[in-house]
Amino acid sequence: MSNIIHIKTPLMDDTTANLRIGNRVLISGIIYTARDAAHQRLVELAGQGKKLPFDVRNQIIYYVGPSPARPGRPIGSCGPTTSYRMDVYTPQLLAMGLKATIGKGNRSDRVIEAMKQYKAVYFVATGGAAALLAKRVKGADVIAYQDLGTEAIMRLEVEDFPVVVANDIYGNDLFREGMVKYQNR
Amino acid sequence: MGTRTKISAEEIVEKISHLCMDVNFQVSDDVLDALKNSREAEASSVAKEVFADLLENAKIARECQMPICQDTGVAVVFVELGEDVEITGGRLYDAIHNGVRRGYKEGYLRKSMVANPLKRVNTGDNTPAIIHTELIPGNYIRITFMAKGGGCENMSRIAMLTPADGREGVINFVVETVRIAKANPCPPIIVGVGIGGTFDYAALLAKKSLLRPLGIGHRDPDTDCLEKEMLERVNNLGVGAQGLGGSVTALGVHVEWSPCHIASLPVAVNIECHAHRVKTVVLGI
Repeated sequence: MSNIIHIKTPLMDDTTANLRIGNRVLISGIIYTARDAAHQRLVELAGQGKKLPFDVRNQIIYYVGPSPARPGRPIGSCGPTTSYRMDVYTPQLLAMGLKATIGKGNRSDRVIEAMKQYKAVYFVATGGAAALLAKRVKGADVIAYQDLGTEAIMRLEVEDFPVVVANDIYGNDLFREGMVKYQNR
Repeated sequence: MGTRTKISAEEIVEKISHLCMDVNFQVSDDVLDALKNSREAEASSVAKEVFADLLENAKIARECQMPICQDTGVAVVFVELGEDVEITGGRLYDAIHNGVRRGYKEGYLRKSMVANPLKRVNTGDNTPAIIHTELIPGNYIRITFMAKGGGCENMSRIAMLTPADGREGVINFVVETVRIAKANPCPPIIVGVGIGGTFDYAALLAKKSLLRPLGIGHRDPDTDCLEKEMLERVNNLGVGAQGLGGSVTALGVHVEWSPCHIASLPVAVNIECHAHRVKTVVLGI
């Protein structure tokens, strides 16, 4: 069982420099949710030179569309959605200072290169462990795009949110390494 | 002349709404067993942790009545309608859509349907359901409800192979589908394969094959053999849980086949994730 690394947001360069693929990490602090539709709007704003609903510098974006919260609970079930759909938008956000993304599945070569260039990391959360992950969310507020429903941008307060480093700032890829190791066993 | 059994539309609405919630809150026993066995058999320690997470998640979901996955799926409904059944107080399909509407509202389930695939405005209530109906002899209705997630559905593929491609061509197509899907369908997956029929029927067979409980082989020995061979080839890919590498990529491969045209060999692969939300009720008995 590997050691667990605790990190707190905002995510600074000295923290990302110490992360390696396969590290198990517990994140505490603030993370922002955004997926397909919100990314499209964010990148459009950035292209027009306008201010985004939140400052992405040193922040973490979590790709998720939660199920509705029952009364009295901060959030519904909230496991990761598949990251490749956000690949086209990610390099630009990394250039603007985004330090990490959380999702599931591997990223494109272009995103991996951008993470190396801008010293950002990619975490994976367990897809389908949505109720378990919801327990680590202590607060949730919609901060933009309410009209998008489950795709709205939310500011989540998380405590010990469990993830694994899938891409570090050195260009390593856990997916590539993992599959090669277990092929044709 | 036999008497017709009356089944009320309201009873159908109520049953469907409960099915929506049941499948989303409670992982079925065959899946739990498969996850436990996989955790034992798995060679990779990273993948073992994933299986442990999924089992813990199932426990939390059941206890807290929360969805096991935030993607509570498109409602796919298979109806076997007895020819001696009379539905009263409403129409069957309306009752099904209303049941989905009620279940997804009362269960705080996610509304994940858009009315038009190009304009993409959410319908707000997870309708419409996708309904497949068969007429059967009898005076009862059997309804099988499946909540199908978008991520795994997106990794499904279909091909019109040639007869010359044969058994090996079919296996290669199935294995390649899993290989290129990688982590996207949220492994561990279940693979549904439809062979034969027509373009559309092969796809339906692939989805129907997913309705069989895990751990039960095919009644036809040749097909059973084919399923086991495909499962071994798929697991040899090494994709593993969440695509992070491991010895268990699929919990099962199911095949259903049908007669087809002398010029055709349709093969459809419907990928299902480990949430595998399927439940059946019978009305009228």
